[in-house]
Amino acid sequence: MTMLSPSLIYGLTGLLLFVMGLAGLLGCAELLRKILATNIMASGIFLFLITIAHGSGTLIDPVPQAMVLTGIVVSVSSTAVALALACHVQEAARRHDLLQKKRGTVRR
Amino acid sequence: MTNPALHSSAWLIWPVAAPLTGALLTFLFKDHSRRLGLFFAALSSGLGTALAWQILGHGPAHYALGGWQPPLGIALRADGPAALMVMMTAITGLAVSIYSGGYFQSRRRNSKHHALHSAQEHAFWSLWLLLWAALNGLFLSNDIFNIYVSLELVTLSSVGLTALSGKPPSLVAAMRYLLVSLLGSLSFLLGVGFFYKAYGTLALTAIINSLSLSPPTSMALALISIGLLLKSALFPFHFWLPPAHANALTPVSAILSGLVIKGSWYLFYRFWHVELIFTAVGLVPAILGGAAIIWGAWQAFAQQRLKMLVAYSTVAQIGYLFVAFPLLAETSGQGHGALFYFAISHSCAKGAMFLAAGTFFLQMGHDRIRDLAGVRQLLPVSSFAFGLAALTIMGLPPSGGFIAKYLYINTAINQGLWWLALLILLGSGLSAAYIFRAVSAILSPQLLRIRPALVVSASMQWSALTLALISLLLGIIAPLPLALLEVS
Amino acid sequence: MIWQNWLLIMILLSSLVPGLIIFTLAESNRAWRTTLNLLGATMKMVLVLVMIIGISQGHSFAAHLSLLPGLELVLRADPLSALFVALSTLLWLFTTIYAVAYLEDAPNRSHFFGYFSICVSVTIGIALAGNLLTFLFFFEMLTLTTYPLVIHRGTAEAMAAGRLYLLYSLSGGLLLFVGVVWLHVLAGQIDFSRPGLLVPLLVQHRQSLILIFFLLMAGVGVKAALVPLHGWLPRAMVAPAPVSALLHAVAVVKAGAFGIMRIVLDVYGLPLSRELGLLMPLTLAATLTIIYGSLLAIRQDNLKRRLAYSTVSQVSYIALGISIGNPLAIMGGMVHLVHQGIMKITLFFCAGNIAETLGLHNISRMNGVGRRLPLTMAAFTLAAMGMIGLPPMAGFVSKWYLGLGAIEQPGHGWLLVVLVLSSLLNAAYFLPIIYGAWFRKQEEAWPEDSGRKGNWECHWMLVVPPLITAVVSLLVGLLANSNLSPLAWVRFIVSTRYGP
Repeated sequence: MTMLSPSLIYGLTGLLLFVMGLAGLLGCAELLRKILATNIMASGIFLFLITIAHGSGTLIDPVPQAMVLTGIVVSVSSTAVALALACHVQEAARRHDLLQKKRGTVRR
Repeated sequence: MTNPALHSSAWLIWPVAAPLTGALLTFLFKDHSRRLGLFFAALSSGLGTALAWQILGHGPAHYALGGWQPPLGIALRADGPAALMVMMTAITGLAVSIYSGGYFQSRRRNSKHHALHSAQEHAFWSLWLLLWAALNGLFLSNDIFNIYVSLELVTLSSVGLTALSGKPPSLVAAMRYLLVSLLGSLSFLLGVGFFYKAYGTLALTAIINSLSLSPPTSMALALISIGLLLKSALFPFHFWLPPAHANALTPVSAILSGLVIKGSWYLFYRFWHVELIFTAVGLVPAILGGAAIIWGAWQAFAQQRLKMLVAYSTVAQIGYLFVAFPLLAETSGQGHGALFYFAISHSCAKGAMFLAAGTFFLQMGHDRIRDLAGVRQLLPVSSFAFGLAALTIMGLPPSGGFIAKYLYINTAINQGLWWLALLILLGSGLSAAYIFRAVSAILSPQLLRIRPALVVSASMQWSALTLALISLLLGIIAPLPLALLEVS
Repeated sequence: MIWQNWLLIMILLSSLVPGLIIFTLAESNRAWRTTLNLLGATMKMVLVLVMIIGISQGHSFAAHLSLLPGLELVLRADPLSALFVALSTLLWLFTTIYAVAYLEDAPNRSHFFGYFSICVSVTIGIALAGNLLTFLFFFEMLTLTTYPLVIHRGTAEAMAAGRLYLLYSLSGGLLLFVGVVWLHVLAGQIDFSRPGLLVPLLVQHRQSLILIFFLLMAGVGVKAALVPLHGWLPRAMVAPAPVSALLHAVAVVKAGAFGIMRIVLDVYGLPLSRELGLLMPLTLAATLTIIYGSLLAIRQDNLKRRLAYSTVSQVSYIALGISIGNPLAIMGGMVHLVHQGIMKITLFFCAGNIAETLGLHNISRMNGVGRRLPLTMAAFTLAAMGMIGLPPMAGFVSKWYLGLGAIEQPGHGWLLVVLVLSSLLNAAYFLPIIYGAWFRKQEEAWPEDSGRKGNWECHWMLVVPPLITAVVSLLVGLLANSNLSPLAWVRFIVSTRYGP
């Protein structure tokens, strides 16, 4: 049995992160956790891509690196949008609760 | 059709560049957003049409952005299917834009919250044009990583549009839409990684042409497919769609149902139209599609609100987009024709339906189907538009839907896939049933007891009608779009 | 020549364009609406006349539109389509005149006349269809354009009738659609002018051909109100009288009967139909419908309902004639398409007059109505006599040829009994109405009486159309042997296309 090469370790770790993030996204109830879970998934994929860049030989392939750089930008912006939207959702939920309390019809 | 040499053409940039410029300018110049928006919508629509014309005349084209060749540069490529999708976006997009011009004006005129509506309109134009650019980018890209970026742009701008109304249900729906879409994009991205590892290239055509089903490529394909199915809201991934589409502002509903869904479906087609795949697992999308047809129609039938009914109808119609994948095995290309014809007719008809439903909502202040009787007298043009669009959804002549249904059944019988033919017929019967519930209320000759003042502008009603008429026109000009589709 | 290609399209447009313009007119714009309608109807008459003269001189008219690779929409005028076109055009003119007066103060008139004109255009499309796809195309459109007319009154009853109508027609349309597509897969495009296209399939696809025939028949049978697909027709009589006239005489039921003719004669062809054993089931269905419809008609007290069941019964004469399958019987069936149309439209006009002027719907209360509405009842009497088949009326001519055909065809002699029985049943449900109207005394005051209009018993535009159609129904019987009668035209059709 051959030793685990570094690139294999990195690759498997990336996939593990992806699966952990997926579990978090599907399993957590809170919005913030869900959003963070997507971030973890994205990081897993980036790690996986970097492994590809390294794995193919001594020369380092620039294409996956470009992909990761772009991916990070995309990930940051989508996280920002998600967080902003989450704030609005919580604000709306709070207002909704207040309104119901005022009417005295809140039911738990 | 013989394959004329792939030629390089700068026409490919403009359908992406024009709406992108428009998005930036409408964002910068707040006070002129409507005029700028309409101008750039018309421009983008014209350029999209010009591209389709170009492809029809000169065959498929490619373009390397900035002169950078792949693998580092980004390659654009336009063949028949891509040009047809760009064309579809151009037509539906222009009609929705004209509608939106009137829509925000009417809302502002009839409400006290001027500032709110102005802010909504401002955001709408830049997000919508951004979405337009992203969709065109998605159709024209030949680089699967660039496709991922476009997909993400489509997601972000359509989530923004969904949340635009600011009402709690639409915010919650937008949030759910965003999370589902992010999951879909990430799954797609991981698939891209696997593909790159297997083939060392990002060029879509190169990957598809040399596709063989080894473990890593199967993995890549599975990840990409699941991601795209999530985004296309195919049963059982449809749960996020009805609330998002039904609670959004009207032009947004039309855009989401008519265009955005087609984006991820188109990509799915791109990856799946290789014979290898649908002989292996082609039944999977077909079975899910069949379930979507039945379930969507059933749910649509049970809805009390018009926009919800139309949204569930979209769930059912997405089923048709996937159920036909086994038909692609036929070499005559009729299966492809059926699929794409359905997509473009549905885009026009569903767009027209949502636009018409929006005028009813704006006029009556609600969209409860039961209480819509008599709306025909107030809004004759959009009622008529709704009725005409219903023809396509039911697949009755003369409409694009009829042609699509004809091609579906013809190909299915030709290949001996009787279960598929029966499924499609059953679905068409069910769609007639739920559409009839809406149409019988809207076209009911009952008289209104009180006649409220008209708040809907003529441009809104007529843009709905124009779109509905185009869906009828598609019923008699089929050779032209099908010729465009053949260019490959 | 150019005009020959455009003539058919002009015939379609001459009712379509006025219809579309009428939609945009304001409700109060009565003058323009009427002018447009009459202008369209007159223009169509002239164009159809040109077409008929052209056909009899051997010109051919056709127009093509490519719908899909290998599939075309074709309009082509052959003698059979000319028969149907002429009938629809003539009756449309009378119905329009009648409807203008009938709906004088009703709401939604622009809608009504708009859809009415479009309906007629679509019917013309069915008549001129040159291949099976074109037929299907217009046939399905007919369902949707008549629906708004059926629900025109907007009452709960009308909405329910409309729902039932759509349920029947759309289901039938779906079956027809499958049949057509299946046939296309087997044989390619099915052109009406090239009979025998299916003969090569006989050996390999015998079962499929039989199955397809039943699919197609179920599709057109719904509109032709063949038992057991007739359920929608009696319910649809809640629509205003001109709509009933349209459904029963001009468009819908006739389109179904016309479809039966096309499918048997021009798609399958008589030899193949006989070879596959398809004619006998059709004969049985038609016979059943004739007897069953008449029996139910006797039990109805509502006049329009009785007329509706009478249509169910009478239209099946057409199918019967085709299914017997020899030239004489085909002539009888074909000419009944015209004869039944003229007679039945008269009856519905009269029923509309009685209901509109006196508020009477039930036959049991119509005693003595002949004194108050002598002209209307005179027209009614003439048309009813024709329906019963008294010589020398129109109905007699049809039944005479059907009888001759039945005798001539081996094994079909028993149909003579059916024809006689049916005539007796017709007499049983028409004669009491006539007797009561003329010879019984009025027992109670009319529920309402909108009064005489000048010298006329009611609005003259309500009286003149039924009078004219009644006289025409007498003339086509009396002059059946002249060169200009429908019978002569039918003889021309049969001798050129379906002769021995």
